[in-house]
Amino acid sequence: MCATCGCDANGTVTMHVPGQDNNQEHTHSHGEGHSHTHAKTIVDVEQDILQQNNLLAERNKGYFDAKNILALNLVSSPGSGKTTLLEKTLTDLKGELEFCVIEGDQQTTNDADRIHATGTKVTQINTGKGCHLDAHMVLHALQGMKPKNNSVLFIENVGNLVCPAMFDLGEKERVVIISVTEGDDKPLKYPDMFYTSTLCIINKTDLLPYVPFNIEKVKENALKINRNLTIIEVSCTTGEGLPAWYNWLKSKVLAPELA
Amino acid sequence: MHELSIVMSIIDIATKQIENSEATEIEEIELEIGALSGIEEKSFEFAWNQGVKNTPLQNAVRKINHIEGVAGCMDCMIDFSIKNLFDACPICGGHFLNIKKGKELKVKSLLVNINNKD
Ligand SMILES: Nc1nc2c(ncn2[C@@H]2O[C@H](COP(=O)(O)OP(=O)(O)O)[C@@H](O)[C@H]2O)c(=O)[nH]1
Ligand SMILES: [Mg+2]
Ligand SMILES: [Zn+2]
Repeated sequence: MCATCGCDANGTVTMHVPGQDNNQEHTHSHGEGHSHTHAKTIVDVEQDILQQNNLLAERNKGYFDAKNILALNLVSSPGSGKTTLLEKTLTDLKGELEFCVIEGDQQTTNDADRIHATGTKVTQINTGKGCHLDAHMVLHALQGMKPKNNSVLFIENVGNLVCPAMFDLGEKERVVIISVTEGDDKPLKYPDMFYTSTLCIINKTDLLPYVPFNIEKVKENALKINRNLTIIEVSCTTGEGLPAWYNWLKSKVLAPELA
Repeated sequence: MHELSIVMSIIDIATKQIENSEATEIEEIELEIGALSGIEEKSFEFAWNQGVKNTPLQNAVRKINHIEGVAGCMDCMIDFSIKNLFDACPICGGHFLNIKKGKELKVKSLLVNINNKD
């Protein structure tokens, strides 16, 4: 059982609050001679199905706020370049910003190994069959990694443009990455992800001469879904456009408040 | 297949609801699912059948209230129904929209069988 969030693999949740009677059982005193009856009752629930995740996401958010950590949730299809973008960023901005990384993947630790090679603190979450990270997994990863105050935390989600859209991790910004090899109807096919993101990175622009990809069309489609979306074009291979991404990132890092 | 996580959350919510009651069985569960909630119906159905086995919801009838998407245009100040997040305002063709309905994802109620034994 997890003492922090009360979770349990089997779903039987117990919470202990010091100084309180933890016995949740309430006894009913039934009158003598009660007969055996069956009754149907309607129980009003009115509960948001994502409530549990949203509550834990709020907790993560509070933790990030208290430590002035900028948390970013990176989402994309497999192979769009999330890990490559991180490797570049961690290397280029080393010494300027303090970083740590949570890597989400179904099976492997390949991406975590790549991040580790840059000298950055990294924790791997393997989701097994799970196709997305959730706030609960992130909460546990944070307990282990203890990110520093005023740092930037990158969370690389499982490669998938559908499932992670619904699960708030407590991040400040959600960054959706697409690459020019993916087809310009991507935003229309996966509107939820573009709707919930604040920044869209279009990667692999070095390949534009070789693939039919109408970058203006993609931007137009993405903005149809989310008028407030910022769009930055980059090539992790040539480095083109990366300064715009770095500037965006730095603009989001809040200076630590002076005591 | 995030639908499986959604089904697991529903089971969790329903189980907690009846945990401290004398309910023996959930006969019916009423859900509210918006057209823009990101739930794919076929996947949901599949995940449901997988997920509810050996849970109090195993024999429960699912009643789903589908909520259609409604958006308001911030320029024209009118509301209209939408099917997709990229739909345009029918008056001005613009995309400055405010989603007002269709994101719902809720457990509304349960119909439970109570066995009064004393
Ligand atoms: N041509 C080109 N290839 C890239 C670029 N960025 C990443 N890649 C390649 O795309 C592949 C997938 O990248 P990766 O970062 O592992 O994607 P992830 O699955 O989103 O983490 C790798 O072979 C990268 O070398 C780029 O800007 N241009
Ligand atoms: Mg990766
Ligand atoms: Zn309008």
